[in-house]
Amino acid sequence: MRYPILAAGLLAVTPASAQDLPVLTVYTYDSFVADWGPGPAIETAFEATCECDLQFIAAGDGAALLGRVRLEGARSDADIVLGLDTNLLAAANDTGLFAPHGLETPALDLPVDWSDATFLPYDWGYFAFVHNAGMENIPTDFRGLGASDTTIVIQDPRSSTPGLGLLMWVKAAYGDEAPGIWEALADNVVTVTPGWSEAYGLFLEGEADMVLSYTTSPAYHLIAEEDTGKTAAAFAEGHYLQVEVAGKLASSDQPELATAFLDFMLTDAFQSVIPTTNWMYPAVMPEGGLPEGFETLIQPDQALLLSPVAAAEARDEALDEWLTALSR
Amino acid sequence: MADRAQPLGLAGWTGIAATVAIPALIALTATAVVLSAEGGRGLSAADWAAIRFTLWQALLSAMISVGLAIPVARALARRQFLGREALITLLGAPFLLPVIVAVFGLLAIFGRSGLLNNGLVAIGAQPISIFGLHGVVLAHVFLNLPLATRLLLQGWQTIPAERFRLAASLDMRAGAMFRHLEVPMLVRAAPPAALIIFAICTTSFAVALTLGGGPRATTVELAIFQALRFDFDLTRAAMLSVVQLAITGSLALIALKLARAPDFGKGFDRPAKRWDVDDAPRRILDGMFIAAAALFLIAPMAAVFVRGATNLAGLPDVVWTSAGRSLLVAALSTTLVVSAGLFTSIAAARLRSGAVWIESAGLLAIAASPLVVGTGLFIIVFPFVEPARLALPVTALVNAVVTLPFVLRALIPAVRDAEASFGPLADSLDLKSLARLRLLILPRIRRPLGFSAGLAAALSMGDLGVIALFADPATATLPLQLYRLMGAYRMDDAAGASLLLLSLSFALFWACDWGGRRGA
Amino acid sequence: MLELKDVKLVLGDFRLSANLAIDGPGVTAVIGPSGGGKSTLLSLIAGFQLPDEGRIFWDGSDITDLTPGARPVAMLFQDNNLFPHLDSLSNVALGEVPVARPSQDTKERARDALRKVGLSGLETRKPGALSGGQQSRVALARLLLTKRPVILMDEPFSALGPSQRRDMLALVKELLPKATILMVTHDPDDARESMQTAVVSDGYVSPPRDTVAVFADPPPILDAYLR
Repeated sequence: MRYPILAAGLLAVTPASAQDLPVLTVYTYDSFVADWGPGPAIETAFEATCECDLQFIAAGDGAALLGRVRLEGARSDADIVLGLDTNLLAAANDTGLFAPHGLETPALDLPVDWSDATFLPYDWGYFAFVHNAGMENIPTDFRGLGASDTTIVIQDPRSSTPGLGLLMWVKAAYGDEAPGIWEALADNVVTVTPGWSEAYGLFLEGEADMVLSYTTSPAYHLIAEEDTGKTAAAFAEGHYLQVEVAGKLASSDQPELATAFLDFMLTDAFQSVIPTTNWMYPAVMPEGGLPEGFETLIQPDQALLLSPVAAAEARDEALDEWLTALSR
Repeated sequence: MADRAQPLGLAGWTGIAATVAIPALIALTATAVVLSAEGGRGLSAADWAAIRFTLWQALLSAMISVGLAIPVARALARRQFLGREALITLLGAPFLLPVIVAVFGLLAIFGRSGLLNNGLVAIGAQPISIFGLHGVVLAHVFLNLPLATRLLLQGWQTIPAERFRLAASLDMRAGAMFRHLEVPMLVRAAPPAALIIFAICTTSFAVALTLGGGPRATTVELAIFQALRFDFDLTRAAMLSVVQLAITGSLALIALKLARAPDFGKGFDRPAKRWDVDDAPRRILDGMFIAAAALFLIAPMAAVFVRGATNLAGLPDVVWTSAGRSLLVAALSTTLVVSAGLFTSIAAARLRSGAVWIESAGLLAIAASPLVVGTGLFIIVFPFVEPARLALPVTALVNAVVTLPFVLRALIPAVRDAEASFGPLADSLDLKSLARLRLLILPRIRRPLGFSAGLAAALSMGDLGVIALFADPATATLPLQLYRLMGAYRMDDAAGASLLLLSLSFALFWACDWGGRRGA
Repeated sequence: MLELKDVKLVLGDFRLSANLAIDGPGVTAVIGPSGGGKSTLLSLIAGFQLPDEGRIFWDGSDITDLTPGARPVAMLFQDNNLFPHLDSLSNVALGEVPVARPSQDTKERARDALRKVGLSGLETRKPGALSGGQQSRVALARLLLTKRPVILMDEPFSALGPSQRRDMLALVKELLPKATILMVTHDPDDARESMQTAVVSDGYVSPPRDTVAVFADPPPILDAYLR
């Protein structure tokens, strides 16, 4: 067949990789590899120590990442998958594609205990509703939000990780009372977007009073734009955590390099990049501490997080409750 | 009839192959998705609700777009004024907008803090909300009214000026003229226009959900997204895609069959001067239709322009690189789709009775779920080549497939006319294959060829389509880069990138369209 | 010699039958009432339509199955005789060889043909910029370059006035002395210029006879038509 010729023609489109160094392939989400994301700095830092070629492959968001790995199965070129969150971990474990990291977990600066043999966290953040600083009658919990006429934009839990995070937040805080909370929130929800970007964009355009995002979101406006006008609302029932993790694939052809990368991931060189590129909290506090501006962020009293198994079990029911309440 | 059938020739067979390739690609990718499934559940009640909503909003969007396009196209067809050509080109622009850019443009006008509501509040009226079914339809009408207007305007231009002269000499008034000349044309031109818009709206995803106001506005494409990404239920994704295709496919056949009404015979390309419509009320009415359409279509684009203009200069270099890459993709897919469209139209013109099937096959490409096609391609390609290496060719290919129906819509009638008018002369001169293409077909179809090349190029610029699965950091296209900017809080840069995307798409369209009209 | 042997064609309600032989060179007029089958007869000879029965021969060889372009037949249509997007010279050159880029020699001969029909200096004009009479002359110039011995003309100069038409016919006869020409016409005066005349009516093609004889003693159908 002509297949090889055709393929060879198409290959010419992309530049070939340069040296004969071993290649470590890391699958991650889109915004991680962007020029303004953590990817470029981390690539430089790791390549300075590893005598290897670190290649990021971007695949949409966290859920797309897992889907991609499942599509590729054991034939995958990936050595590391970086960017799953706890809501996806049960499904990720079930694939059997990941290998134990084999590292002794260092002391992590996470609001919760972490002991997972397969996945290591690299950053985390609290979900929160972000609003303009001047807003009056800021709700202090979900009940208050539901009773108010404050408008919110949220993400669809069927297509976005923050959307799913909100579902778990309400579930973790209210358990069986979650349907009632959603019914009360239904008239506050202006619209539901497919992803975080659209929702945050709508909020910035003034379409709603608040948007589901992270407690760290105001830090971006403060540090990158010197704009003090955005704040996150502190909720009394606590804030749900998003913990972002990386894991090593069992099929990796560079297992030592992969382990070295996971080890590197929790060092200063990696962690110090996170706050002002990924706008999340680092999993291990860098020696220099957090950048100036992070101290202005709200500090939730209580961190909520369902275990991967509990989150997976709760998902379908929570989704049904959400759909029922918001489809009215 | 013993009429001699024209042989298909190499061009014709290439066209047939291209036609067969589209359903084959769709079927192949869907099968690949099903075969890699690990077992899943069938369609749920929520899926059926999504199917119903999808069809309903697509039907409304198509009907309203075409319904509004009739008076606008009629006004544009029978009025001559300075800047008419430029206005027609500019009114086409919303169709070329990437949906996310369009949504934010619309919000700047119709949103809570938009111009309209600011105005309403200022005069003490209740503000209106854009979110809900009406918002979805508003956005779809905004995006597709240009296409409907353009297609109907072409319909008006098929009525020869001689027919209007005859009608005028019979002292027909506007009403009679509408009944005898314009209604028969609309019967022929409106159903395919509505159908093509219906097909476009069935795969709506971001617009429907973002403006729909909640999960009531779930479309099939979102259900497919969920099945693929969150449930990893490949069977369900493929099934949903097939249901959607089946519905659009059967509608395509019906509408295209209906569309074959009598034709008006040939004229001599004189501009159609009208005698029935020179009274003041009609002039004012036409002026109002044109002004209203222009305001509705141009205001959101102006908002995109204003919002982006200040941020254009400060855009990161990587955005410009992506823009270059997008131009490359657009060039590739335009070359592909124009060649495929040309050969397919030649085949359609020669196989008179098969033309409906050929066009329907093309239409399927619009209704096919980009997610399923992308995933299927990924599954097929992955064992052989690293998908990221194929990012550009795959994007170009899929863009070409998706834009083919628009190209066919423009080229099939043009090739058919060229063959009908000059085919016998060419036959008697023994003009064959390449010489026939160069001496007969290409010169006769310059205008629609330029138009469809421009359309294809602009749509390829803006289409995010399937690239997500194939993308790697080095090959991000401009729309993907735009999403990355938005995903990293950089809304100002995103506004600049939106303007860049809008300008490039429009420039490509304008250049090709102009090239086709020049000297034609 | 052009022969139609037992040719029959059915088009819906209409039936055409023809059995005739035309010996060239010279002009044979084809005359008869509208709808009688004149144009259909030309289509059959040109190859745009295939007979249900019978065969068509040129100089003894069967041309029935040949495509229009492969037949020894050139045609002048009622309209759309010239490609509007090509200039006069290119339109004429196509008569010799159907390629996009004719050779210098072909162009030279095309220029010569345009000169013969009196259109020197109009080589780069497109048909849209020519008068009806000039367009007819360009088409005629193209016929001069064709190597095809049979020329079919379907009401060729109907857009022209009577005297212009007569001039064109004279020019055709002068410039194409060796061609076997079949010319469909409504006008008895045009037919009188021809060597022989065939009457076509109700799908029946009568064998051509000497024109003078035909008009001296018209068959009943022609008589009715002429009245």
